Amino acid sequence: MKRKTARFPSKPCAPGDRTEFARLVDAYSAPIYRLGLKMLGNQQDAEDVLQNTFLNALTHLADFEGRSSLSTWLYRIASNEALMLLRRKKNAVNLDDFHPDDAEESPLPEVFVDWSALPEDELLSGEAKMALDAAINKLPEPLRMVFILRDIEGVSIKETAEILGLTETNVKTRLLRARMFLREQLSAYYSERLTREETHERPSP
Amino acid sequence: MSDHLHKNCQDLLGSLSEYIDGGLPPDLCREIEKHLEGCDNCRVVLNTTRRTIDLMQIPAEEETVPTDVRERLFKRLNLDDYLNRQK
Ligand SMILES: [Zn+2]
Repeated sequence: MKRKTARFPSKPCAPGDRTEFARLVDAYSAPIYRLGLKMLGNQQDAEDVLQNTFLNALTHLADFEGRSSLSTWLYRIASNEALMLLRRKKNAVNLDDFHPDDAEESPLPEVFVDWSALPEDELLSGEAKMALDAAINKLPEPLRMVFILRDIEGVSIKETAEILGLTETNVKTRLLRARMFLREQLSAYYSERLTREETHERPSP
Repeated sequence: MSDHLHKNCQDLLGSLSEYIDGGLPPDLCREIEKHLEGCDNCRVVLNTTRRTIDLMQIPAEEETVPTDVRERLFKRLNLDDYLNRQK
């Protein structure tokens, strides 16, 4: 499968060097903005995550010791910013009963329709893209963050664990649950489209 | 189509993610492939899970930082003088 890897400069910039910092901002903006967008679900919050991440990075750049890679360090700041913003915005949702690392709790698949061969323009129609976003938004936060880093940003299991301060086993468990959850959501959506097609009840575009 | 899952299927689903990522030892990998050959439900789950991951990646790749967002970011960081540098 094709894995997208962000192209990051390998050399961290020297503190105080504005040219280097401007270059760094341009190099990392897209993945960080995307993380905010997927995590918070709207552009305004994504912009806040983006700005706060680099303000924070600018303040602490001198402390960056190269013990982790620069991308790990920035992703860690960005994921913290995103989670803080989420928490500030959330009111009644209670995650106390949710155990993201308990593999025994994984629900089993329920929809067994193979929609994977539907043409891509149908799978990614405007309406379908909204369904994809809605599915990500429904993912419990601890699973969403792991899925975004691993499957959308293409970060390795090891680096994802480092960014989030989790064990690799926890990352794998969360990733499996996130993928299964999204598969179920998408299966419900696309299998209905398949049925519409088969019964010739598809509305014209 | 039956939606009943056997114990074997449940075991397979537990390793599905790692199977997709290609991180499993060869003997376990072969075991899974053998099961997949004879199990429609697990094949469907595998195909649709792979496609799910693909579909989540494709639109994300098109998402870049809008020009006005970049502008406000550079101003916030006092990097205005670098705004016109190549993106
Ligand atoms: Zn099976």
